[in-house]
Amino acid sequence: MGRKLLTEHINVEGIDTLEVYRKHGGYRSVEKAIKTMTPEEVVEEVKKSGLRGRGGAGFPTGMKWSFLAKPEGVPRYLVCNADESEPGTFKDRQLMSKLPHLLIEGMITSSYALGANTSYIYIRGELLYVLRILEKAIAEAYAAGYLGKNILGSGYDLDLYLHPGGGAYICGEETALLESLEGKRGNPRNKPPFPAVQGLYARPTVVNNVESIAAIPVIVNEGGDEYAKIGIGRSTGTKLISACGHLNKPGIYEIELGLPVEEFIYSDEYCGGIWKGRELKAVVAGGSSVPILPKELILKTAAGENRLMTYESLSDGGFVTGTMLGSGGFIAMDETTCIVRNTWNFSRFYHHESCGQCSPCREGTGWLEKVLHRLEYGHGRMEDIDLLVSVAKQIEGNTICPLGEAAAWPVAAAVRHFREEFEWHVTNAKEAVQPGAVFPGKAVLV
Amino acid sequence: MAKITFDGIEVEVPDGTTILNAARQIGGSIVPPAMCYYTPLKGSGGKCRACLVRVAAGSAKDPRPMPKLVASCVTPVQDGMIVENTTSEQVMDVRKGIVEMLLINHPLDCPVCDQAGECDLQNFAYEHGVSTTRYVEERRTFEKIDIGPLIQLHMTRCILCYRCVYTADQLTDKRVHGVLGRGDAAEIGTYIENIIDNDFSGNVIDVCPVGALTDKTFRFKQRVWFTKPVNAHRDCENEKCGGRVVLWYKGKDVLRVTARKDEYGEVKEWICNTCRFDKKETADWTIEGPAHIDRSSVISANHYELPVVNPQVIADLPESSVRDLEQNPPMKLGN
Repeated sequence: MGRKLLTEHINVEGIDTLEVYRKHGGYRSVEKAIKTMTPEEVVEEVKKSGLRGRGGAGFPTGMKWSFLAKPEGVPRYLVCNADESEPGTFKDRQLMSKLPHLLIEGMITSSYALGANTSYIYIRGELLYVLRILEKAIAEAYAAGYLGKNILGSGYDLDLYLHPGGGAYICGEETALLESLEGKRGNPRNKPPFPAVQGLYARPTVVNNVESIAAIPVIVNEGGDEYAKIGIGRSTGTKLISACGHLNKPGIYEIELGLPVEEFIYSDEYCGGIWKGRELKAVVAGGSSVPILPKELILKTAAGENRLMTYESLSDGGFVTGTMLGSGGFIAMDETTCIVRNTWNFSRFYHHESCGQCSPCREGTGWLEKVLHRLEYGHGRMEDIDLLVSVAKQIEGNTICPLGEAAAWPVAAAVRHFREEFEWHVTNAKEAVQPGAVFPGKAVLV
Repeated sequence: MAKITFDGIEVEVPDGTTILNAARQIGGSIVPPAMCYYTPLKGSGGKCRACLVRVAAGSAKDPRPMPKLVASCVTPVQDGMIVENTTSEQVMDVRKGIVEMLLINHPLDCPVCDQAGECDLQNFAYEHGVSTTRYVEERRTFEKIDIGPLIQLHMTRCILCYRCVYTADQLTDKRVHGVLGRGDAAEIGTYIENIIDNDFSGNVIDVCPVGALTDKTFRFKQRVWFTKPVNAHRDCENEKCGGRVVLWYKGKDVLRVTARKDEYGEVKEWICNTCRFDKKETADWTIEGPAHIDRSSVISANHYELPVVNPQVIADLPESSVRDLEQNPPMKLGN
């Protein structure tokens, strides 16, 4: 059994109330940090822990915190990015609805470390029920003196605000989130300046994912060194994985980083294998924006070693034979999955969610979707396959924010690993458009 | 001050200058194109991605190259930075892609478009694009939208550069238009139906890089290259208006009044609607003399002047060009 650092008490009755949460060791990190540690010491522990951002990019959290500009007399902000909405990623929402006080505790400890007196949780508008749960929990925390003026008599003040977004995927991009939080249209900003220098209201700001912030209490309680002992190499600690698709036991699992992918898919402790006794065909390991990998490559690296659930192992081989851990949105597809249809479906999402601010993304995402739509519905041409790769390349790296890459990578990877299937959709168009039609051959590895 | 190398040419610029503006100090054809950036408009730039360049060395302190191409219009220079624009194959390749993307929905109706001859996209496509497209899907079209008696909005031609939105935001106190929708469904709109009628609304025509916003009082009266631009000024009653304009003549008639622009098509001073739309008699104005038209406009393509280059800065100018420049130094019309 892997250790559960965040979700140990997730199924305890009433854990969403302050009383029960405290009975299970809640808010210890606030007491410890505020009463016995300086903000710098907290930052140091986070650095030692090796915690990497759990929102997808995997940037070291402690380092991100240390970049925060600290001019005198200027407010600083901590913003929690709770705008989770990538297809396949649904772990933050569960964490917040079941353990709202864990997030609040993390927010208080992190805000103290960063010297922020005002913090925000920017939550996706559709998650109204989670918003209600958090609202209640925040009120409880205020009443108990964990929030507000002079927290625990320490002289430290913190106000925590919940801000529902309008339900746009782009608002999960940190600068678009800040624009939206400021009341503007959620368009990403040009960088530099980075939020650490000029973020919310042009003040130094740290934007962290829900899961990253939820890990802070554990790090403060146990110490950064202890946290760093879990995991492998630069992938320390535990990670929530939201597993979905053709699995016997889809769900949200907290794993210790370093777990073999094969074990995650097939062991009974986790996903319990592929449903209906079918074969695994492909996996999207880190949310729909990361490159898809066929079974052979998701289980083993190019060197033939076991692929592990770590930032490094999953990205081994770059984007030719590797992928990314991303936000941990693990989508498994069995042998009956049509990769063309799946790629079109992902593409449809990114086309719909592009903010339209920069030209390659605005025009390119639509172009990709239309070509994929044609291929899926039997009107594709052979040259469309290379066209997809070329258009994806025109988008990738040339946009203001990473949504361009998120739209381009899945398409480029699908063609890279399943080109034969795309060709079959052109040459056997009549057959391919039948409901449930699936490419009869085996995917050819590069 | 920061010293940077742009396409092999060294230039020293004040700290905080953007790469694009550093390149503009060198001038000539190495300057990256800009469709959305507009110096007088705060916050503009970074959207069209036409000006992407490769930063081969970030700075003297940290000489690592930047991992992605950067938008030169919004990226400040660092001392010791090395930038590749025309010398980078990757940049040239990407630019072709950007032209292709921008032309997906922009109709190629230059023969009937009022902006022909003054269109940034036309120039950009001519310099960096290819003559064919791989796009075979249905293109987006729009119903005509009435936004008042002075300005014609043609959404089909809009490339969503946001310049007109910034103009309205920064020049007037009652903005009625903005960007509605998102992705390739985004459009410039006046939310429900509204008329753009403030004193400085005409400036959105000047900043529009394509033919999406045109002057209703001039449309279809003449092609711009058949008109004669003349600098003129008047004492304008409007405090914010400089009253310095260009009158576009056909024979004795003033067909159009615009603000004066620099060689990159950026207005030097905003003008009010009275100057632009109501003063179309020569008697209204004090004439200064012929206006100078720069760069790649169709008007200058008639070779009234030699290309704008700076032989002192561009060391490796071909010998023939240097000789040509010595024999025929650039002269201004009207001098």
